[in-house]
Amino acid sequence: MNVPNSSRFRGSPEPRGDRSVNDRFFDFRLLPLFALVFGVGALFLSGCDAGKGRPKMDDAAPVGVISLNGAGATFPFPLYSKWMSEYNKIHPNVRINYQSIGSGGGIRQVTAGTVDFGASDAPMDAESQAKASGTIDQIPTTLGAVAVSYSLAGMTGLRLDGETLAEIFQGKILRWNDPKIAAHNPGLKLPDQGITVIYRSDGSGTTSVFTDFLAAVSPSWKSEVGVGKSIRWPVGLGAKGNEGVTGQLKVTPGAIGYIEIAYALQNKLSIAAIKNKAGEFMLPDVAAVTAAASEVTLPESLTASIVNADGPGAYPIASFTYLLVYREAKDRRKGEALARFLWWALHDGQKFASDLHYAPLPAAVTAKVESRLRGLTAGGQALLTGP
Amino acid sequence: MTTLSTDLRSPGDGPLSARRAASPVNWGDRVFKVLTAGFAALIVVTIAGMALQMLVSSKLSLREFGWGFLISTDWNPVVGSFGALPFIYGTVVSSLLALAISVPISLGVAMYLSEMARPGLRAPLAFSVELLAAVPSVVYGLWGIFALAPLMREHVEPTLRALFGFLPFFQGPNQGFGLLTGSVVLAIMITPTITSVSREVLRAIPRTYREAALALGATRWESIRTGVLPVARPGLVGAAILGLGRALGETMAVTMLIGNRPEISASLFAPSYTMASVIANEFTEATEDLYLAALAEIGLLLFVVTILLNLVARFLVWRVAAAGGRT
Repeated sequence: MNVPNSSRFRGSPEPRGDRSVNDRFFDFRLLPLFALVFGVGALFLSGCDAGKGRPKMDDAAPVGVISLNGAGATFPFPLYSKWMSEYNKIHPNVRINYQSIGSGGGIRQVTAGTVDFGASDAPMDAESQAKASGTIDQIPTTLGAVAVSYSLAGMTGLRLDGETLAEIFQGKILRWNDPKIAAHNPGLKLPDQGITVIYRSDGSGTTSVFTDFLAAVSPSWKSEVGVGKSIRWPVGLGAKGNEGVTGQLKVTPGAIGYIEIAYALQNKLSIAAIKNKAGEFMLPDVAAVTAAASEVTLPESLTASIVNADGPGAYPIASFTYLLVYREAKDRRKGEALARFLWWALHDGQKFASDLHYAPLPAAVTAKVESRLRGLTAGGQALLTGP
Repeated sequence: MTTLSTDLRSPGDGPLSARRAASPVNWGDRVFKVLTAGFAALIVVTIAGMALQMLVSSKLSLREFGWGFLISTDWNPVVGSFGALPFIYGTVVSSLLALAISVPISLGVAMYLSEMARPGLRAPLAFSVELLAAVPSVVYGLWGIFALAPLMREHVEPTLRALFGFLPFFQGPNQGFGLLTGSVVLAIMITPTITSVSREVLRAIPRTYREAALALGATRWESIRTGVLPVARPGLVGAAILGLGRALGETMAVTMLIGNRPEISASLFAPSYTMASVIANEFTEATEDLYLAALAEIGLLLFVVTILLNLVARFLVWRVAAAGGRT
């Protein structure tokens, strides 16, 4: 017999009325009511938006404690957070909070004045500068490099030049045993395998630096693709974040991608040596990155691109990262604390850089930044006094 | 068609009106009514506020690109040229594909749990299904990168190509990351939602319906097909709508697997991009006003696409319910 075990249905509710008869798609008589509520709601919320002001962040801070708020680039975050905790140990009355919301957010917040300082990997453009309520100084704090990593079974020591790299990322070179790759790697037995290009899908300073390098060495990249934090990639797969690129590189045989140096080292990815302007194949170590910045003469803005840098021993895919501060501080106490922190970061702070795979600033840059920090003022008076 | 006066009456009106006559003003009830109405209004106000905010933020892009935004396939932040079609395509196709994969599985699990499984098996099975729902999206994404994508590349996609390679959907290079892999992870993520709701719907069908069919000599499957499924259909479609809603809005796991290329390709192996993903990927680093406006307009479109798909689904439920009422 097929009668089911009736105990199974003990928990079932009693038969319900056939509700489907009264069900309708939408009760159109209620439409005016919805329209009214929508309208009122919209007015209410847009009204709120107009009154949006600067959040008061440090009302609750005890007297004597200065708290500074910053936001911006994710790339230097490990170093900044190290600096801020170390600085707090020496100066317990200064508390610095930094949110790594991305360079774009950092620029928006500092121009809107909702944070005391911003941070960005790429320099601010004139349009954003114009929106700020005062002159914003861009202070180089450290140097970072972008590694080119690849995934070829049992193969290390790959060497590439910028032209070849650009052609791979443009889809002009499709296989690993292409003569153009082989020409730089006489000692390697390159497999007859397709190349899978992996790029960062999220907007990032890493992409900006990498594309800046490709544009510097390849005219066709410059005219057809361009430079930016997010670009239209000719070929490849997009991966989110350094961790996404790392993951996709690991699981995809024949893949090539670019990644922050720290991630490549921590995950033991194979790193390609890239040919610099002097004709040497360089790996992205700390000395090579500092070397890339030592030949550059910083202009008045203190911002400069150091990809494909001159000079021996320079790694060609590197960049400065910047803190964004108002030249004229609105609040003297805060301005002073920030200026002193920046001074400390420029000198004592640099020694924390190499452990975290950032490169310390070269001496010439330090000297320029020093004089800029002395120019920070509040009410027309310099914030840094003495040495 | 019922008349207006009877239809607007709430179910509890009869006995309550009698009580109202006894005590002229019941303040407790009034306060309660205002309070709950306020909560209900809050939802509508929030939605309206979000829509308005996105509309205002996307003003620049609306003015610059007009309707062309909807049909342009070019997304190039470097030159400030923006079009939403690849993202709309990726969102709709990945969600529908996920639904197509997930619904048969979810219904099967729900039917097994409510109709077939021994009572001792039900609780642990239902618990493990709900456990799937508790896994964070980023964990699905990471699992997808390290386990699902290689599996798709080495086994699933070559098999599909061997069997159905004559169709344009299964041609082109298979890299493991693409529309199909994104849809599969979405399907896994929406399965617990659809299964749990379907199970509750099936459990709510009175046992007399099944018994009637069985008494007429129906087999177990026939009793489900004739006695349970027709009555449960609106609820089951509702379960699928809930799943679809989750698939449309899912961001992290899809971003990590779909390949993030704003291109439309007939092949399901090819990388694609969704609306939620492009916002999550590019909003934090966007600085130009037009770029931000274009991203806000994508958000607005996601809102519109979600509402449209929900309306279509709701319309389907209504049709099904109306058809069920006639039999």
